[in-house]
Amino acid sequence: MDQFVINLLFVGASFALYIGIAIWARAGSTSEFYAAGRGVHPVTNGMATAADWMSAASFISMAGLIAFTGYDNSTFLMGWTGGYVLLALLLAPYLRKFGKFTVSEFIGDRFYSPTARVVAVICLIVASTTYVIGQMTGVGVAFGRFLEVSNTAGLLIGACVVFAYAVFGGMKGVTYTQVAQYCVLIMAYTIPAIFISLQLTGTPIPALGLFGEHAASGEPLLAKLDAIVTELGFNEYTAHHSDTFNMVLFTLSLMIGTAGLPHVIMRFFTVPRVADARWSAGWTLVFIALLYLTAPAVGAMARLNITEMMWPNGGIDGGAVTVQQIEEDPQYDWMSTWQKTGLLAWEDKNGDGAIQYYNDKSADMAAVAEANGWAGNELTKFNRDILVLANPEIANLPSWVIGLVAAGGLAAALSTAAGLLLAISSAVSHDLIKGSINPGISEKGELLSARIAMAVAIAVATYLGLNPPGFAAQTVALAFGLAAASIFPALMMGIFSTRINNTGAVAGMIAGLTVTLLYIFLHKGWFFIPGTASFSDADPLLGTIKSTSFGAIGAAVNFGVAFVVAGMTKETPQEIKELVESVRVPRGAGAAQDH
Amino acid sequence: MTDQSTTGSATSESDKTYWQANLRIIYVSLVIWALVSFGFGILLRPLLAGISVGGSDLGFWFAQQGSILVFLALIFFYAWRMNSLDREHGVEEE
Repeated sequence: MDQFVINLLFVGASFALYIGIAIWARAGSTSEFYAAGRGVHPVTNGMATAADWMSAASFISMAGLIAFTGYDNSTFLMGWTGGYVLLALLLAPYLRKFGKFTVSEFIGDRFYSPTARVVAVICLIVASTTYVIGQMTGVGVAFGRFLEVSNTAGLLIGACVVFAYAVFGGMKGVTYTQVAQYCVLIMAYTIPAIFISLQLTGTPIPALGLFGEHAASGEPLLAKLDAIVTELGFNEYTAHHSDTFNMVLFTLSLMIGTAGLPHVIMRFFTVPRVADARWSAGWTLVFIALLYLTAPAVGAMARLNITEMMWPNGGIDGGAVTVQQIEEDPQYDWMSTWQKTGLLAWEDKNGDGAIQYYNDKSADMAAVAEANGWAGNELTKFNRDILVLANPEIANLPSWVIGLVAAGGLAAALSTAAGLLLAISSAVSHDLIKGSINPGISEKGELLSARIAMAVAIAVATYLGLNPPGFAAQTVALAFGLAAASIFPALMMGIFSTRINNTGAVAGMIAGLTVTLLYIFLHKGWFFIPGTASFSDADPLLGTIKSTSFGAIGAAVNFGVAFVVAGMTKETPQEIKELVESVRVPRGAGAAQDH
Repeated sequence: MTDQSTTGSATSESDKTYWQANLRIIYVSLVIWALVSFGFGILLRPLLAGISVGGSDLGFWFAQQGSILVFLALIFFYAWRMNSLDREHGVEEE
């Protein structure tokens, strides 16, 4: 059967499953729409949160970034998992005890100020929308590639599917749909990794294979990889090359951002009890770790496979792969397939009939290149984002595995987009309309406005996804920085300090959000309009701090401003101090109140 | 993190001890959290260079896998410890 038909079957079957579940679990009441009636078991909730949180960035992009950079990109692994420790210890149980539906509701009540609630809603919408634009871009690229339609058509099809189950399902539909998506996603990620680990190391567990022995040479896999990439003038895979300070800040930004993303925090409102909120964070990380422990193995093994394919006769001395081989050997079919997407390219610059892949920027390689008559690196383009999707083809795995990976990539992008849309819609309908504009709105009216908000959000995200402000990965990093600088500090101070008052919290959130947005716009262009950037991440404004790492600084500004302003203004009233006291103990956490 | 408020009720003293115990567990957990990621994974990696793990060193392992495993252990430890602390102080849910 044709690979295209197989992809279509896998993607189609997985979608039929998600939509079927969404219809089966249709939400009836407001409470069910937002929080699934709080009847979700911690393990189920953990699985759904994992699917919600692992997006196109984790599934499609991360292993490719690690593969071509090595150790320095471990930041993604530590950053995107370490945030769950902050979430579990500092936020989840207290927010569940508080017993409301949304993040901004907590901020509004704790800081006894409708202004604080509105500012929180704005922070939340800015961060979530930025994130969802990145996801819609990913949805468009993935659909376009696997359905063999244009990027635009792929994006529109994807938008319709997200709309269908997010708008009609609500949280309950999304929760069970996301459990199904998690299962598809994790199988799609681990099955090819197991095959490849068996081929290279003989170990069926990729995470162990990474630190195991390379079967063909008998050397440790990582030592072998270091040797073959340094021979070609690339940085040693396992060594530290990037700026240490920026590396620490970037990791910290991703961690704080994870604990500040509203669609993830909202998940902990859906468990029955405070004790379950604690377990639930752990289960979420278990399900995330299954992918995150596999990802570095996928990256390293793919890098080894690709390098060996380009130098099939045992390194430089054996000679590079020939153009004829690429065109005729079925092992190299993947190269022609991906060449069509424009994301992979090669060019025989010196006309010797072979494709030399090496680092032509390395000074050491200049002499080698001259001695061999090379005219620069001839594997001219290898987009990092195709690595995970192309991986099963590179390793010559059966075509059903390739179809499964297609379905998994789409599951990752769609589930996150749906969760974010839900967070945006409840912010608008519950916090803005019911909370400030029209408190007397009926339950039916609130549900309707939530659905309208979702439809509007999806239209905006689809439109911006057609003309994205940057690469999906940049957009996602920006969303984490914004969440880190605005939401997380307000929540943490609200629980751990009775000193922070309404003015302090509002000033902190505004300061954190503003400096972070400003720093990002200065480096990426005002509202991402090309050519309007004053600085670049290669030579940033402040020392070595890149705009993607600025979220941690923004969070520090938020904390600092809040403490200074709170110290100068009126003390927190007694009843608010009592509210904080009561949030700190689980006793008396009943069902959530709807007002 | 200052905490000057009192609710005036009979349970507030016990609630306060409970909260102090919780804060101690959080401090210790966050020290471990930072040590395995920013410490062993990045800043202290040169110190661990002598300990080899499957073709690389211990710092590389912590950065790519070890920190994640420690994070998991921390969260489950915290959930277990806090759920029993709730019962010791009689503040658990009904």
